[in-house]
Amino acid sequence: MKMYISVFKLRFYNGLQYRAAALAGVATQFFWGFLIIMVFQAFYSHAEGTQPISLPQLTTYVWLQQAFLAFIMLWFRDNELFQLITSGNIAYELCRPSGIYNFWYAKLLAQRVSSALLRSLPILGIAFFLPRSYRLSLPPDPATLVLFLVTLVIGLFVLVSVSMLIYISVFVTMSPVGSLLIFSVAGEFLSGSIIPIPLMPDWLQDIVRLFPFHLSADFPFRVYSGHIPKEAALAGIVSQLLWLAFLILVGRAAMNRALRRVVVQGG
Amino acid sequence: MITVKGISKSFKVPRRSAGMGQALKSLFRREYTVVHALSDISFSIEPGEIVGYIGPNGAGKSTTIKVMSGILVPDSGTCTIMGYTPWRDRVRYVKRIGVVFGQRSQLWWDVPVIDSFELLRDIYDVPEREYRDTLDLLTETLDLKHIVNTPVRQLSLGQRMRCEIAASLLHSPSVLFLDEPTIGLDAVSKIAVRQFIRTINKEKGVTIILTTHDMNDIEALARRILLIGKGSLLYDGSLQELRSRFGTRKTITADYMERQEPLAIPGVSIVSWTPERAVLSVDTEQVMMSEALTRLAEQVDLLDVAIDTQPIEDIIVQLYKEYQIS
Repeated sequence: MKMYISVFKLRFYNGLQYRAAALAGVATQFFWGFLIIMVFQAFYSHAEGTQPISLPQLTTYVWLQQAFLAFIMLWFRDNELFQLITSGNIAYELCRPSGIYNFWYAKLLAQRVSSALLRSLPILGIAFFLPRSYRLSLPPDPATLVLFLVTLVIGLFVLVSVSMLIYISVFVTMSPVGSLLIFSVAGEFLSGSIIPIPLMPDWLQDIVRLFPFHLSADFPFRVYSGHIPKEAALAGIVSQLLWLAFLILVGRAAMNRALRRVVVQGG
Repeated sequence: MITVKGISKSFKVPRRSAGMGQALKSLFRREYTVVHALSDISFSIEPGEIVGYIGPNGAGKSTTIKVMSGILVPDSGTCTIMGYTPWRDRVRYVKRIGVVFGQRSQLWWDVPVIDSFELLRDIYDVPEREYRDTLDLLTETLDLKHIVNTPVRQLSLGQRMRCEIAASLLHSPSVLFLDEPTIGLDAVSKIAVRQFIRTINKEKGVTIILTTHDMNDIEALARRILLIGKGSLLYDGSLQELRSRFGTRKTITADYMERQEPLAIPGVSIVSWTPERAVLSVDTEQVMMSEALTRLAEQVDLLDVAIDTQPIEDIIVQLYKEYQIS
């Protein structure tokens, strides 16, 4: 356990070094947040009848998306791991007394957490004090906040388990481009990052629920605004845990298979 | 301590000829050739030995190291090191070995060296006191004091390699695999690295297996060498024995007072000759060195004589020829 904490720490320090990138990230995320909120305001003001999610709830949804970008985006990647595989430096990882799966899992987790801390804290701090129509609202009650934090953390673990599959696929394909593209395009859509899931037609929502992607983004954000009631949130946590167990089992099995046939590239 | 028996390993390598047509064709049908990286390698190594593992590029040296360090699974054969089978008991086994790949890096690029060391301490679960002691020893013998707090990307190759070697020894392994540890280093760094290898072998009794292309490494360190070529083990024995079997030729370079007639010494071939200087080659199995020198002295007024043993490189080249490896 100590080793995972240690690698987490080191990766975390490493991530904290990139302050300029974080600052630029915050600016971009603000820009996007405003843009998307304005688009939805325009839609809502011309739409008839009631929408499946209220505008303040949607605004909150958008700000949370921007703030926790590092927790929900599959294109967020660790190039170092890809290089380890394609250049053959993985030789060193393989002579460590630890499972590579856990080791990399800790690295990826740390990378996302360090990036989120640098990017999300400033966004959250400012979004609470924006003019009313753009404001990030507080959760309805403390219990909801707790539920949100729990679902957010489990959601992060689910996402990292999915992204592990991308890294494992590189053992076979030797290039991260393909799997990264498929996973990030499909994942982004199915997690509601392009169109919020409540605004999707019912048949599309049914498809989205077949995949784990919405569990790391859409689900916690709707729990936060109270759009998903508490009982449903608890059921969602169970489904998150089941997916997590399944993804980790698949990932470990795939990793073991890949390692048995591994070829260390480059002599 | 280390017993390797009948290890074989082959790789399937995709290949195609140059050109667009061939590239398109390989989209549909890929052709593979099977490369036998290792075939039927067997040897055993005693605790505390330093063994030099040599051979031309692509001979299978690194593959052997990777099999012995549990990274690659061989197609057949057995390997027992300290009672473990490397690829089967990988996690327990690798705790007791250290590996340095001269062409790769295990240090984190953007952070000071000491951070990588501390991560390794936690990965190998080394107790704090033991870690301190080992680190002090390594810092002193490898002269790391001024570089451990520098980010790795700002180190020179020689400095980095010293840190890499230290990193592989933090957990006090009983066996150390060094895969080209002196590659790209200058003469001073090479000597420092060799000196260090000798020290840990002597003082801590670490068994060392070393691959290299630098014959000076071998001459300075290894009492025993394993020669591998095209995946097969060709020679296993001491350097001296190899020398006496293949390196019986010695070179005499003689300067003398000017003399116009060429030299003629029976059993000695003349490599080059001028009226003041001659280079002679003597096969000591046929002509005694003293005999050759006496004859030489009879014919000319010697000013200076230098006798050189055939360099080990030449012996290896000769061996390659003999076994038809290229």
